Amino acid sequence: MKPHGYNLDATFAALADPTRRAILARLADGEATVNELAEPFDMSQPAISKHLKVLERAGLISRGREAQRRPRKLEPGPLTEATDWIERYRKIWEANYQRLDALLKTMKAAALVHEAKTRPKKRKRP
Amino acid sequence: MTRPELKVTTPSEREAVITRVVDAPRGMVFDAHTKPALVQRWLLGPPGWTMPVCEIDLRVGGKYRYEWRTEDGQSMGMSGTFKEIVRPSRIVATQLFDQDWTGGETIVSTDIVEKNGKSTITTTVRYSSREARDAALQTGMTSGMEMGYQLLEALLREKANG
Repeated sequence: MKPHGYNLDATFAALADPTRRAILARLADGEATVNELAEPFDMSQPAISKHLKVLERAGLISRGREAQRRPRKLEPGPLTEATDWIERYRKIWEANYQRLDALLKTMKAAALVHEAKTRPKKRKRP
Repeated sequence: MTRPELKVTTPSEREAVITRVVDAPRGMVFDAHTKPALVQRWLLGPPGWTMPVCEIDLRVGGKYRYEWRTEDGQSMGMSGTFKEIVRPSRIVATQLFDQDWTGGETIVSTDIVEKNGKSTITTTVRYSSREARDAALQTGMTSGMEMGYQLLEALLREKANG
């Protein structure tokens, strides 16, 4: 069930926390340092660092080269893959509903025939 | 006619909601969800799966059992108990996969609302806890998987624009 290089379990585990999702949303605007990331959350730096570690392990973020600030940035790879994977499940639902569409069409046609047989002169639209 | 869109939303941290419009009155839609011979014709999942077992005891407290199989011998099963039945507009039932990849039982409500001959089917999956939903998110074998979709898409869109 793991299509490419990324560990989707780790990706989804990392995404299951609201603080980490907020961090990713922040990083979608551009890279940021640990301090900058900690600021809006009213959290200690170690607490934020713990979240960053989870995100990093899942491959969702990486560290910039700048040695002093070590800004974190978003890595789109695992997100893209997770989206693709979800899209397949979405397609399963959609496939079910398309079969339901076909079934309901058959049922409607059968009901029309039945109606025409039982009430030949007052044929109504369903 | 454009194809009706499947919508997925997450109104709370324990819920996932899937909405779809079909072109039929709700009585037919209700039958398609509750009569085994009809359910077996559409509730099949990925290509290659069939539904040889579909038992439905349609009454409050009654049980249902679904089993799916592939030609090469894979199988999957699910069962539950009906909690509420309001023909033709609402079905509430517990749901548990044999492999329990949803972190415990879920409660699935199906609401059918008819307007101008078309029916909107709203399926609400409620997990036992936020942890259970997150577990479902991780294994991804249920509609719980869909929950992250909008967030991910939004993130990717922002990334693409930025």
